[in-house]
Formats: sequence, structure tokens, C-alpha cells
Amino acid sequence: MSDVFFCEITENKVLTDAVYSMSITCSQIAAKALPGQFLHIKCGHSRILRRPISICNVHNDIITFVFEVKGDGTKWLSQKKPGQSLDILGPLGNGFTIPGGKIIVVGGGVGTPPMLFTAAKATQKPAAVLGFRSADRVILTEEFKAICEKIYITTDDGSYGIHGAVTKPLEELLKTGGYKVVMSCGQLLMQKAVADICAKYNVPSQVSLEERMGCGVGACLVCACATKSNAIESDALDPNAEDNKITMSRVCADGPVFKSNEVVWQESIK
Amino acid sequence: MNEKNISAQVDFISVKFKNPVVTASGTFGFGREYGEYYDLSELGGICVKGLTLAPRPGNNPPRIAETPMGMLNSVGLQNPGVDAFIKEELPFLRKYDTVVIANIAGNTIDEYAEMTEKLSDARVDIIEVNVSCPNVKKGGMAFGTSVEGVTDVTAAVMKKTKVPVMVKLSPNVTDIASIAKAAESAGADAVSLINTLLAMRIDVMTRKPVLDNIVGGLSGPAVFPVAVRMVWQVASAVNIPVLGMGGIQTGKDAAEMMLAGASLVAVGTACFDDPYAPVKIIKELKEYMAVNSIKSLCELTGQLLI
Repeated sequence: MSDVFFCEITENKVLTDAVYSMSITCSQIAAKALPGQFLHIKCGHSRILRRPISICNVHNDIITFVFEVKGDGTKWLSQKKPGQSLDILGPLGNGFTIPGGKIIVVGGGVGTPPMLFTAAKATQKPAAVLGFRSADRVILTEEFKAICEKIYITTDDGSYGIHGAVTKPLEELLKTGGYKVVMSCGQLLMQKAVADICAKYNVPSQVSLEERMGCGVGACLVCACATKSNAIESDALDPNAEDNKITMSRVCADGPVFKSNEVVWQESIK
Repeated sequence: MNEKNISAQVDFISVKFKNPVVTASGTFGFGREYGEYYDLSELGGICVKGLTLAPRPGNNPPRIAETPMGMLNSVGLQNPGVDAFIKEELPFLRKYDTVVIANIAGNTIDEYAEMTEKLSDARVDIIEVNVSCPNVKKGGMAFGTSVEGVTDVTAAVMKKTKVPVMVKLSPNVTDIASIAKAAESAGADAVSLINTLLAMRIDVMTRKPVLDNIVGGLSGPAVFPVAVRMVWQVASAVNIPVLGMGGIQTGKDAAEMMLAGASLVAVGTACFDDPYAPVKIIKELKEYMAVNSIKSLCELTGQLLI
């Protein structure tokens, strides 16, 4: 199970403008961490909520995570130096279920990092499709190249790699067949597009969702996401959704990784 | 004095608590998650997630926003319903040597009465009547902000109950002492306070509210002084015992709340920062008792010097 650990920072490097890669040492977390799980990191005494950040990779006792500076908490984190320590609750959440055989990992922007750990745990060298807004946002390509059979990089503006969305190279890969499952992390609309293409080619897909969190362990119910089930009839959600028998699941404890066919995609979100 | 020999036991109404620290409703689920981190029998009591007659999915996300030394939530009473609680969750909680408090929220007075009957029969230790949830449209705070509303709900619950009843008060009122007195007059065995303060945040870049529900309840250390003041006002006005909560983070905070008049304290938001917060607070409170040669917590409750 997870627990609270005080972990020494071994490295903090800038990947792009506002994206940092930080490594910490913690044998207990390293021993338990699974791809798709996250760390709940305390960002200073004046902030009462921890920040959930996906695990990017694990080597021996070293855990690496990558984060974007979005507010005061992540800014505080970005200023920490090797030798200082962090108060970390983890590893938390349910990660990706990796079957034997060939898989495709899809990452979008700062959703790319957890897919590296996922790719590293695949039983055969996977294919990776990584999408970014522009060339200056591209991260982790060398790390993916080292462990993947094929890698496709797309940018929205065409300033690096393939011009366009991840769905283009993904569809080409799926056409060739032989892939057991597609796993993704990134912006919600990208993940829905990935799930739709996978459904078209009858390949199961798993998605890693993001939501603002409180406790991180499943007790406070703030990081809700609608999933399909027969448990609760919801009046709080879109009545036009294709399946109204839905449950509010907890992204932190039931996810963050879900089978894409469980997710009720809400067009209104972000 | 050695803290190992200190008894932090509290008799609250007719219920014995091994220590005065309870988990606050809505922050601790039904105990399963935090039960992975420590033995729930260490806690004085567990107040479970607010229950409604029918299952509720709650509000749409985002349901949380951080604030300076606090947070807003707008969960909206997501819960599996009172029947599922009795069947699925209560037997689990009963495995532990701790007081089980069921928090109930009705859309109507009849719903409060019906839930009271079910939970009394299921033998929970205490029923906490939630007339103070700021995140639902019907019921909740609508009852808790008027003397009439609190009187009617409390009276209906007292008619049906076979276990002690505590009414959870809203801080979103002009005069909380008058509301507490109404609960006492209608027969409540105790009161608990404060629920969250109605609050709001706006994203200045998008000009949209941070919470999908627009407004939510403020909790955490930011509300602690407000809670201390209200506990003091209520404890001064009623003769029934008071459970004090709102932003407690340390054993000293718990002692402060007790000096203001609380017999028990609840810990909520602090768990999000540190899963071990309730057990640490118990330990710190015992240390405070040892250092100050306090043998029993009745030497602390309401002993504010003015």
C-alpha cells in the first residue's frame, strides 16, 4: 500500500520553458510503483492540498516525475534543489493493465511522462505516438526512442515531426494490426479521439484521467468522474449522454486509469 | 506526568469516547481508505459521509479549489444512500472499537425522520443531523439557517430516534447561538459545529467560477478562528455538549477548541494534508495534557479564562 515518505531530491532539471523533471529516492515507493500511478506531493506548509503528479519512470530506488508549473504549488516545487526533501504520499491510484504482446502508448503534452514508465513495462517493445503543441514543447523523445520499436511525434503547428494530431499516425498503426491495446494520457479531447479510433479498429483502450483532487486516497470524493454502471441514476449529468446509468467514480482511487468504454465523455469539460 | 498514563476519555451524552478526536463527516468516507493507514480503533469516533435516503451522484467536477490555508468543496452529498450504508458499510465499521456517528441529510423533514428510524434500528451510536450542507439545492442548509427549520427537523428526528442525536450547525447564519438553542429546545442531545462557510473562487483568466457548482464550502485552518468563536458562543448559550470542528490541525488546536467549550473535536480537512492527522492530534493532545498536568479533559472543556 501507499504511505507518507520523506524523499530526497536527487535531480531537478528543466525540460522546456515551464516543464521540469524531478527525481527522488525512495526504495519503498520504487518497489511498489506501477505505470499510471501517481505521487501526491506536498508543496510547502502554506498549501493544504497536495499536488497529484504521475510517475514518469523508476530506476532502482529513483523515481522520476515530470510536471508543468501551473500555479504557486508547482512553482514552489520547481524551485526545490537536489539534497532537499519532499513529503510524498504514494504510490496512489490504479495504473495501466499491461497485457502480453504489442501495445501502443499515446501521450499528449504533459500527459506524455507516465507513458514512458508504461512503455518500459511492456512485454514487447511498444509503439509510441506522442503529440505536442509545438517544437518547443516536445519532451522525452530520446527516452522513448531508447525503449520503443517505433515512435511518431506530432505537433499541432507542424514545427516538429508530423503536422497534426496523434490520431493520424495512431490510425496508420492500427491499420497494420497486431496491437493488443492502446494506452493513453493527455488532454481529455485527445483521449476521446484516441478511444474513438481504437473502437473503430476494435482494439481496447485504456485512458488516464485528470481531475482536481483532495485526499488522493478515495475518501473525500472531490475528483469525481462519470463512469458507466447501473449503480446510480444521475440527475447532475447530461441527459443526452448515450448511457444514463452512470456512477460517479473517484479518479484518484478507482482511476486514474479507466477502460475507455467505462468513461462517460463530457463534451463540456475543458 | 507521563502521556502514556493519561486518559483522554470523554463521556459525551451517554456515549463513551476513548479520546475526543472524531473524523469529520465528508472527509473520511466510511473509514475504509484511511483504515489502510492505521487502526481505526485508535480514533475516538468516526462520523461517516453524509447520508441521504436515496443514493446521490453529487455535483459535477471541479468540486474542489484551494484557498489560502483552506479549500472549497462542492461534492454535493455524493453517497450510496442510507440502506446501502447499513448493509455494506456499517458492518465494516463495527469491526473497530470506535464510536460510529451517522450523518444524515434530508430533502424533506419526512426524509430525516425515515433515515433516523432506519439508523436507530441499525444501532449506530449517534445520529448527526446535517442541516448545514451548503452544496445541495433542497434541504441541507435551507433548514439550518432558521430557528423554525432547525426546530422542525430536530423535533421530527427526536420523535423517531432510539439513539442520541447531535445537530450539526451551519456557520452561515447571523446568530448561531439562537439556532443552537432551537436545537436544544427541540430535544437535541448535543450540537456539532461548524459546517463549512459558503464561499466562492473565480478564475480571473477565464472569468469563470472555479467550482462547477459556482459556490462551495470553505474548510481548513483558514476557518479555525471562526469555528473557535462560534463554539464559544454556542457553548455559552446551551446546556448540551458541543462537538467543535473547523480547521483543527494540531493537538493544541484541539485544546483551544475544547477551552472554547467543546467536549469533542472533529478533524476533517487536515486528513487531506496528512492521512495520519487524527492519530497525530490525539498524541499531541495527550502531550499537552501531560505538560500541563491535566488528568481529565473535563478540566479543559469550557475552561476559558476571561
